[in-house]
Amino acid sequence: MSVLVFVEGLNGEIKKSSLEAATYGGQVAQAMGTSATAVAIGDVNEDALARLGEQGISKVLYDADDRLKQFVADAYVKVIAKAAQQENAKVLVFSNSNIGAAVGSKLAVRLNGSLATNVTELPKMDGGNFIVTRGVFSGKAFADVNLTSDVKIIAVKKNSTDITSNAGNTATVEKLSADLTDAEFAAAPKETVMQDTSGGVLLQEAEIVVSGGRGMKGPENWHLIEELAKELGAATACSKPVSDIGWRPHHEHVGQTGITVSPNLYIAAGISGAIQHLAGVNSSKVIVVINKDPEAPFFKAADYGIVGDALEVLPKLIEAAKALDK
Amino acid sequence: MKILVCISNVPDTTSKINFTGDNKEFDKNGVQFVINPWDEYALTRAIELKEAKGGSVTVLNVGEADAEPNIRKALAIGADDAIRVNAHPKDAYFVAQQITAIAKEGGYDMILMGKESIDYNGFQVHNMVGEMMGIPSVTPAFKLDMVDDSTARLEREIEGGKEVVEVKLPFVASAQQPMCEPRIPNMRGIMTARTKPLKVVEPAGAEAKSEYVNYSKPEKKSGVKMIDAENAGEVIKLLRNEAKVL
Ligand SMILES: Cc1cc2nc3c(=O)[nH]c(=O)nc-3n(C[C@H](O)[C@H](O)[C@H](O)COP(=O)(O)OP(=O)(O)OC[C@H]3O[C@@H](n4cnc5c(N)ncnc54)[C@H](O)[C@@H]3O)c2cc1C
Ligand SMILES: Cc1cc2nc3c(=O)[nH]c(=O)nc-3n(C[C@H](O)[C@H](O)[C@H](O)COP(=O)(O)OP(=O)(O)OC[C@H]3O[C@@H](n4cnc5c(N)ncnc54)[C@H](O)[C@@H]3O)c2cc1C
Repeated sequence: MSVLVFVEGLNGEIKKSSLEAATYGGQVAQAMGTSATAVAIGDVNEDALARLGEQGISKVLYDADDRLKQFVADAYVKVIAKAAQQENAKVLVFSNSNIGAAVGSKLAVRLNGSLATNVTELPKMDGGNFIVTRGVFSGKAFADVNLTSDVKIIAVKKNSTDITSNAGNTATVEKLSADLTDAEFAAAPKETVMQDTSGGVLLQEAEIVVSGGRGMKGPENWHLIEELAKELGAATACSKPVSDIGWRPHHEHVGQTGITVSPNLYIAAGISGAIQHLAGVNSSKVIVVINKDPEAPFFKAADYGIVGDALEVLPKLIEAAKALDK
Repeated sequence: MKILVCISNVPDTTSKINFTGDNKEFDKNGVQFVINPWDEYALTRAIELKEAKGGSVTVLNVGEADAEPNIRKALAIGADDAIRVNAHPKDAYFVAQQITAIAKEGGYDMILMGKESIDYNGFQVHNMVGEMMGIPSVTPAFKLDMVDDSTARLEREIEGGKEVVEVKLPFVASAQQPMCEPRIPNMRGIMTARTKPLKVVEPAGAEAKSEYVNYSKPEKKSGVKMIDAENAGEVIKLLRNEAKVL
């Protein structure tokens, strides 16, 4: 019996959200008195895999098939199912990413397991129960869910686990191959296009997000958002109307109908704080709001507030950020 | 082309969320229910494809009778008929099994859903249904077009980018914006919806794999600290020294 963690790679390195999943899996294994194995597919280098020891992973199974450098759902599922069988895994851990949740859902069917996505805390195991806490009602509540099947599958919400790093611990890396056939590639992507992410920070994984709303007045003022983001090592985001009118691309839109973020710090400039916007950002640890209207609803959800014109306030923040010793 | 659109009945986005019975149940009191916003993209795109290519759009909900006003709304927006599986949906696995049973029987070319329900935020039913039926599931898609009569071309979002996928019918996809501009019912639609068929069927024997035992709400913020705009740079220092997030 063991815990199996699926880790995703990006440009050879392991994604931050997968290091969180690895930490989570390592901790579950420890609580269960067993070991944690990771399974990796495609675009990750072996040094990065060995370093998963720092997150409590003892062994990594790696399928280096070149065709899996892009995401092919059915093939990934087959590889992970094989790893699960080989390791007799009773708990499978994923990041709650588009990829992680997709393979997790398919595996729940294939392995006849219980699935919980959007999980924010370690499981409570007692008296035969296995209870995890997950975010529900778009950030407005949490639910405790008992996973009743023999196999439990967990997709961990991003930025809800502090990554451990026990320097020096390394994992052994073993090759894995799952005898893939053409059938698994029937729905393989024709093409994968990566965005030019601002300063290389992925919005979904960012620890700091600087976001602008309609109060920014126009795309010509976005250099202020970008400059502050660059100084803080942050990703940039926007409200829905801003992407609807084309000031910013759709993949930057956060909220109920956009991306959900849960960074340590969310800075909102010229955003009113409508409930649908808050739904995508309300699990941020610290929120700073800049708005010229002291009655803007966003202030109720904020930790720090500045009443003023964003076009005048942001340059002051940029200046102060430049003065920080990094 | 026969399209099945699965809609979930969820609390309006502005609802206050409360629980009753010792935090064991969601309190529906005073809550307005709507079609899950993401599902409106799936529904509208299905209607657009039908208008362009011919065929039919069936909406499906797994839920109790209180979902019927929103099922009628989907008919008013332009679906041709509806099915409600008369069951209290216990979890996503249960819902996926019901959808699969209906989809297998109906022989649909395309099964469209929303990306995620805004109440239970599962982001899972579409992939489960794809796996249960043994057909591709492309999620979350923000573009869906037919290449020819048997092939669709979709663009799906992945973290930091997108994938372009071509799949043969039948397939499952989940929708998100900007796939289309969701439609709202017009007067004529509302009138005709009253007479469109809404079939109620009993659930297929199916199990749930999880039990919801308890709910809680996030801790309230302790209050906002205001900083004078003239000294706005101060906030950066506070973020480092007080909040310790920089
Ligand atoms: C079903 C549904 C789903 C939705 N989903 C989302 C979603 O996912 N994400 C989302 O963001 N929205 C969503 N919305 C829209 C949401 O309701 C709001 O309309 C939207 O968030 C408002 O965006 P905004 O704050 O940028 O613009 P506005 O509401 O126009 O607010 C602009 C703010 O900027 C302030 N301001 C103006 N000038 C300045 C200045 N010079 N300096 C500083 N402040 C200034 C104003 O005081 C105001 O508070 C959704 C709505 C619905 C109905
Ligand atoms: C404890 C509990 C109580 C519940 N009580 C109710 C209730 O009182 N009334 C009620 O209507 N539902 C109820 N639900 C069901 C809930 O609304 C969802 O249908 C179900 O839990 C799947 O949610 P999800 O977030 O995993 O779906 P996701 O995987 O996020 O949904 C993706 C897509 O699947 C489709 N879909 C999801 N659910 C349904 C459905 N039921 N019918 C058709 N298509 C669907 C939609 O297109 C949706 O966009 C309850 C669920 C739980 C766990």
